[in-house]
Amino acid sequence: MLASISVQEADFDPGTELAALSAGRRDVGALANFVGLVRDANDGSGVSAMTLEHYPGMTEKALGEIVEQAGQRWTLLGVRVIHRVGRLEPGDRIVFVGVASAHRGDAFAACEFIMDYLKTRAPFWKREETPAGARWVEARDSDDSAAARWSEAGKQG
Amino acid sequence: MKVLYFASLREAVGRTDEELELPAGVTTVGDLRVHLAARGEGWQALAEGRNVRAALNQRMVGADALVAAGDEVAFFPPVTGG
Repeated sequence: MLASISVQEADFDPGTELAALSAGRRDVGALANFVGLVRDANDGSGVSAMTLEHYPGMTEKALGEIVEQAGQRWTLLGVRVIHRVGRLEPGDRIVFVGVASAHRGDAFAACEFIMDYLKTRAPFWKREETPAGARWVEARDSDDSAAARWSEAGKQG
Repeated sequence: MKVLYFASLREAVGRTDEELELPAGVTTVGDLRVHLAARGEGWQALAEGRNVRAALNQRMVGADALVAAGDEVAFFPPVTGG
């Protein structure tokens, strides 16, 4: 499985990234992708911008391990993960996950798995700018349960 | 050893990282956390009951992970990427 991971300040073009996953190949039958964007509101407050902090070195490793786990669970032909850091505004893209596989089932599942694990295991932190001042985003229990359901699914076989 | 702090914890303790001699009596990540929390004021952000996560040599670990001289330990709040 080809895997490529980037943590960067620069924006990305989802179309270009997706096309690259199947370029020159004839075995890819499914491309699934997720693009996360900055919303203009969170927890009842307007959000005018956010700044993403990360742990250089560990973040890339953590993402690599998540992608590797996805490759062990499903039959994948390629994975591309891009996560932006620095200051972003509403409407800006934050994260891209693209998965190439022979069949849609593996592509859909792996894409969702990578996002759920990224949310709970990759060291990124968001600080939002709101009318009441800047605040660190609190982790959500719903993200933990979203990640946990994959281990339950694994146990069931 | 090297200790790093991120996000709200970095702000609370007022530094991004530091070099530290392995303090006497500290054998686990949890011990180190207790040791640092005792520094007072902003360091209370590391106190027991606070929602703090840790990494040892860039891998998430629990409080019982063993630390040694030369290790890289990081403390941070639960992650919020994606």
